[in-house]
Amino acid sequence: MNARRLRASLRGWGGVGAMALACVTALVLALMLPDSARGDGSTGVGGPGLARGTQARAEDCTDPQNQSLAPSGADGTTIDAIKNRKDRRLIVGVDQNSYHWGYRDPNNPKAGGDLEGFDIDLVHAIAKDILGDENAVQFRAIPTSQRIPAIQKGKVDMVVRTMTINCERLKEVAFSAPYFKTGQQVLAPVSSGITGYDKSLAGKRICSAAKSTANERLTDDRKAGKLVSSAVVLPPVPNQLDCLVRLQLGEADAVVTDSALAASQAAQDPTVELKGGTFTTEYYGVAMKRGAEDLVRRVNHVLADYRKDGWGQSYDKWLAPTLGADSPSEDPPPALYRPPT
Amino acid sequence: MPSVPAQSGPPPSPDGSPAYRGGSGAGPSAPPAPGTAPRRTAWAEGVDRLRAAATTEPGRLRIIGAVLALLVVAFGGVTAWQMTERSAAADNVLHSSQPLSASAADIYRSLADANTAASSGFLAGGQESQEIRERYEEDIRTAAAKLITAANSSEPGSPSARSISQLNELLPEYKGLIERARANNRQGYPLGGAYLRYANEKMQHEMLPKAKQLYDRENQRLDADYADAEPYPWAAIALGLVALGALAWAQRRNYLRTNRVLNQGMAAATAASLVVLLWLTVGHTLARSGLNESYDHGVRSLNELHSAQISSLKARGNENLTLVSRGAETKTLPDKTTEDLYDYNFDQDMKALTQGLAVAAGLADDSAGEKPVQAATAGMEVWKQRHKEARKADDAGDYQLALDRVIGSPDKKPTGECFDVVDKNLGIALTHEQNEFRRAAGDGLGAMTGLPAGAAVLAVLAAAGAVLGIGRRLSEYR
Repeated sequence: MNARRLRASLRGWGGVGAMALACVTALVLALMLPDSARGDGSTGVGGPGLARGTQARAEDCTDPQNQSLAPSGADGTTIDAIKNRKDRRLIVGVDQNSYHWGYRDPNNPKAGGDLEGFDIDLVHAIAKDILGDENAVQFRAIPTSQRIPAIQKGKVDMVVRTMTINCERLKEVAFSAPYFKTGQQVLAPVSSGITGYDKSLAGKRICSAAKSTANERLTDDRKAGKLVSSAVVLPPVPNQLDCLVRLQLGEADAVVTDSALAASQAAQDPTVELKGGTFTTEYYGVAMKRGAEDLVRRVNHVLADYRKDGWGQSYDKWLAPTLGADSPSEDPPPALYRPPT
Repeated sequence: MPSVPAQSGPPPSPDGSPAYRGGSGAGPSAPPAPGTAPRRTAWAEGVDRLRAAATTEPGRLRIIGAVLALLVVAFGGVTAWQMTERSAAADNVLHSSQPLSASAADIYRSLADANTAASSGFLAGGQESQEIRERYEEDIRTAAAKLITAANSSEPGSPSARSISQLNELLPEYKGLIERARANNRQGYPLGGAYLRYANEKMQHEMLPKAKQLYDRENQRLDADYADAEPYPWAAIALGLVALGALAWAQRRNYLRTNRVLNQGMAAATAASLVVLLWLTVGHTLARSGLNESYDHGVRSLNELHSAQISSLKARGNENLTLVSRGAETKTLPDKTTEDLYDYNFDQDMKALTQGLAVAAGLADDSAGEKPVQAATAGMEVWKQRHKEARKADDAGDYQLALDRVIGSPDKKPTGECFDVVDKNLGIALTHEQNEFRRAAGDGLGAMTGLPAGAAVLAVLAAAGAVLGIGRRLSEYR
């Protein structure tokens, strides 16, 4: 009896001790973080401020797209390092498989500059501003799952690859101001009775890509009972484009994906179209290494100009035909920066 | 010859031999009371008669003659039976199960080859060469034709028949996916690549495993035929020894009783039986060694070469698909690092190829077999090196250079060249080993030619000799 009581009381103390230890660790970490951010090599005064700001907002991150730094045309250590490269080119991680976003046309095998799409246009604009030559770019095709590691390991200077700005990613990389507004949307054959992300999905087989926002949302909605109960969420496929294959082969009835990627699918098959409006709101941003403040500010500076001149032409060329006339994406999203602290 | 034993029971024998010696035992019990007669069985009756016959020399001679004839005929019969079985199994090895195994290997190979050709053609896009297209079409035709042959020789309802019918369903489905991939690719749509990956998945995960099952099952059948053809015919050999022993004993007995050295009939019977026994032992030993050789140097080499060829085809397909998918599919390794799925598969296939070629080199027993395997190994080494360069170019973002390094013209030092070297040399090695197999197995089968029939005829002759020889002695008692 006594022994058991002793053990119980010990266990109680153990819990208290663990909690105390956790508190101390958290405190130490919180104290250390600004320092380590400063040690990252950024010269700016905003170094500690950036880290502290993000740290505070990680708890209640509401508008991740409005957390970027104010634009500036000035060079810094990161940009200097790029300019001083032996191979004086910007290294950018892009997609090679997204039609009208980042895609290498097999029928247009010009050496070097054969990638094309909305993202690629933006990359050229950034390269032109930083290095004075829109073709001073080394494109690196990276798969979706490699976007963040490629930035963190310094394999690329930036990633321009239909990448959604969200709170999770803000802890790992720095984003530019948003350059495109999109959301999850339903894609289905023109002739099907599906009208959007609603009851018309009853009895339909829905396809989504593995680890995508769409798949997460479908799984969550299924659990929460928000999705029509007779709708079938198919096992996810490796790549969003595989959904169009399943759709064409009659193995799926509808696809849920980013409206931007859905538009890219619709561009490859005139018998499918976007159905209903977007049922989430997301923003694409250019992702860079955390701490590369000069580069983030510079890209925002480029974007500010690009919104006025360039964005519209690129949108009309690649996206307008499939996104439809009154798409929420048709204008560049407003750039709201994090107020200086 | 009068059927003496039938009447030699109770009454005194008419041949004048001293019947009373045995009669004292058999006589009183032989004519029982009429009431007890039905109790005696036919066996007891026969034993009694035999015992009675054994009391006289002609009776004994008759028994000996009958036993000798029976032994020699049994020897011939068992020899004929066992060797017919073995020769039929050897014939199956040469003319049925090995060709079927080779045909299943052809299905397996042409499917893998079609998949590789499809991805090569896809990579070349609008510039797909006539050669590659024809290779693909030819592979599909071969697979379809060989599936029909395989279906004809499989038992309805068997697992092989099921694999074949499933492959028959999947083949047009696969071809449809490839056509869609091509059409979309020609339009410049990345959707083509997605179709190609889907077709590849169908091939690698559904069709090739079924083709491999079929191949494995045909190989099991081949092994079973080998197992039926190779064991020594112990029963026949033992019976032969017993028959020869009995003949020797009978002749010695004859010599001791009559002082006559040679009984021509029995001597002929002995000679004939000896010939059968020697033919049987030597013939089967030769056949066995031929079959063993055909297995060790033919079948085993063929198996290794076939799987090496499949590995090289898969590796090539995955190398192409790495450039088609461009990171659309990745694989997370146990150490949490992520790799391109197709590049990872390429590495696995190359490992299997390296291993397969090493084993095949060890099995090759002559320079004609070794040379192509060595050439293929050398080609593979260059391939690995060039593949690294191609990957480096692709990782550095130079897609065009990577493409040139994989399917480019010879001046760009593409890996395609190395694959062709490996494929061609494996083809040469396969033809060589197939010929080796046919020669050795043919020799083995040849060593058994005529043995069953010959043994039967000789045994009948030997039996006749034994009976005649005994008959000659028997006639002396007239």
